[in-house]
Order: sequence, then C-alpha cells, then structure tokens
Amino acid sequence: MQYMLLIYSDENTWTEREREQCYADSVQLTQQLKATGQYLAAAPLQSIVTATSIRVRDGKRLVTDGPFAETREQLGGYFLIDAPDLDEAMQIAERIPSARKGTVEIRPVVMLSGLPS
Amino acid sequence: MSQRPLLQETVASQIRRQVDEIYRSESRRVFATLIRLLGDFERAEEAMHDAFAVALEQWSRDGIPASPRAWLVSVGRFRAIDSIRRLTRFDASLSELAQLGETSMQDEEELEDDRLRLIFTCCHPALSPEAQVALTLREVCGLTTEEIANAFLIAPSTLAQRIVRAKAKIRDARIPYQVPSLADLPERLESVLQVIYLVFNEGYAASSGGTLTRAALSAEAIRLGRLVMLLLPEPEVLGLLGLMLLQESRRTARTSSDGDLILLEDQDRSCWNQAQIAEGRVLVMRSLASR
Repeated sequence: MQYMLLIYSDENTWTEREREQCYADSVQLTQQLKATGQYLAAAPLQSIVTATSIRVRDGKRLVTDGPFAETREQLGGYFLIDAPDLDEAMQIAERIPSARKGTVEIRPVVMLSGLPS
Repeated sequence: MSQRPLLQETVASQIRRQVDEIYRSESRRVFATLIRLLGDFERAEEAMHDAFAVALEQWSRDGIPASPRAWLVSVGRFRAIDSIRRLTRFDASLSELAQLGETSMQDEEELEDDRLRLIFTCCHPALSPEAQVALTLREVCGLTTEEIANAFLIAPSTLAQRIVRAKAKIRDARIPYQVPSLADLPERLESVLQVIYLVFNEGYAASSGGTLTRAALSAEAIRLGRLVMLLLPEPEVLGLLGLMLLQESRRTARTSSDGDLILLEDQDRSCWNQAQIAEGRVLVMRSLASR
C-alpha cells in the first residue's frame, strides 16, 4: 500500500541553517527507507511565492499567482512510501525531520490501473 | 401420540434459549475472530449473523456442538467465502479466497487476542475520540446504534454515520487489526483507557440520556475494563478499573428517590456496594505497588 506523507509548516519560521539541516537529515531518511524497501519518492518544494495555480473553466485556462489556498502553514514537501498498514506509515511519518517543526499528513494513495510503470 | 410434538416444541424452545445465551456470551468473540479471518468489519458482521441463523436451525436438529464458538467461526467463515464466490466472477478474487482459507483459527490464545485486536483497532488514535467511543460500544460491547445514540443524546442517524465513516477509514487507510508493538503499547493503551473512561464518565456524570441507559454505560465501561485487565494486566489498567469500581460503588447512594444529588457526607453509607469497594481497593493497591 502506498501512502503520501504531506509535510506542512509555516515556511517563514525556517532559518537557512535549519532548512539545510532538514534537507540533509531528510536525504538520510530516504536512504534508510530505500534500504528497507519503503522508499518511493520524496522532495521538498520551493516557497509558495513561486506557486502558480491553474483552473480550466468552460474550456478556458485561468491562471493565478500563489498557492491554491492562503493558509498559515503551507505544503512544503512530501514523501511517497510503501507500507503494509497505517501503523507503519505513522512510524515512518514520525521519523521525518520536519515533523518536529510542522505537521505530517498521511494520505493513503488510490492505486489506479493503467498508469505507466 | 399428542405428547410428541409438544416434546419437540420444548426441545426447540430450549435450544433457542441456549442459542440466545451463546449469542450473548460469544457473539462478540466470534465477530472479533471473523474480522481477522475475513479482513473486513461488514463482512464479519454478516458472516456472524449467518452463522447464528444456521446454528439455530442445525442445533435444533443435531444438538449443540462441543465448542459452539469454534463451530460458529468456522460456519461464518465458510458462509462468507461462499458469498464472495457468488458475488465475484470466477478468478477475480481467487487469491483473496485462498488467503481466507489459509488463515489459522483454532489456537485458543489467538482467539482471545482477537478481542484485544478489536479493542485496539476501535480505539486507534487515527480515529476521532467520538468515533473511538461509538465504535467500541458498537463493535466490542455489541450495543445497538439506537442504544448508543440514546445514551449520548444524539440522533441515531448521526451516530450511524460516525460509525460508517470510521469503518471506511479503517478499511481505506488500512488501520491494522493487531495488538500494537511493545514500543507503541503505552501510547495505544492510553487511548484505549481514555475511551473506557469516557464511556464510564458519560454513565456516571451524565451530560445526557435517561437514567437507565447511563447506568448501563458505566456497567459497560467496567466490563471493558475487566476485559482489558484480563488480556493486558498493566498497572494503568488495574488503576482505572479500581477507580471505576470505587466510583460505581456509591451509585445508589448518590441520588435521592426524586433524582436530586446527595453529597458524599450526607450519603447513606449502608447503600454503598461493599463488594465493589473491596475489589476496587485491592486493584488500586496492586496498581500503586507495581509502579
């Protein structure tokens, strides 16, 4: 079963030093997860000031500057993992470095057939 | 001549009474094991009712088997496999069927563990506290949706929806059906004890509901406490059960005949339940001694 671990935090509260440390620790975690066969993908996201939102209505593309919703905490990165159940997904989520500063939301992934491998 | 049908009638009603009794004492155990074997709450519930329906018919004819629980689990499982076969076309879920066939079910200890699994699943911290309480009362204690809704003074449809949503989350997010690992046990046990205490408190302090249903809630909480203590005799469990018994011992002395509250110093102490006090004291002592 695949779980998406979405990492939310207030991006303005991170110092440059904290961010670098978090990246380094996260890379280390991905290596550990890879070794146990639980790793699928992971990445931090650029700040929301770089976000662009697109909607298509009546066949017309609408472009707006900024994220989908202005919130106090923002989506800042993700881990995509493979785990047999929610308990194991929770154990991995609590090892994510940014869980100590922000919040990790665990979402089970819907497995579609016909996706390219 | 005329005695024969009468005799059969008596035997039949006797069997029915015995099946009723077995239902009361065993249905939740059978259900807990069927969830493990079938991997799904709804399917297990249906299989359990199927098994009792078959039992009523077959036991009247052949008598009650030596181990009714094992019989019910086995029949429930086969009925479920049958209905999956009928519902799915050919090979669609053959692998699923193969899995169901292989799972063990005889080990007595494992069967007891099923009840603990059920409690831990219903009280999983990934479910909201309200959902944990509702699910525990429904699935572990076997209260009806109406009874629970009545006790908490909410609409049965609201409660039913809460339970449906919780079950969907258990299934879709794969909340596991297992006793947590030793590392997670303290946190998870806390969640279970919190649910038990919430149930007890609702029955004791009573923010809502009729007097009768409230007393029943406290009784259910104590029963749950006893069950968890039997399966997992941790100091925290002993302590909670002790506390509940001590509180419960004064139930009849706490209110006057017209329902007014009587303060501790004014209570008629001869109304206190001495057996509950004695048991509660022993439990509290044991709990404190093992800290």
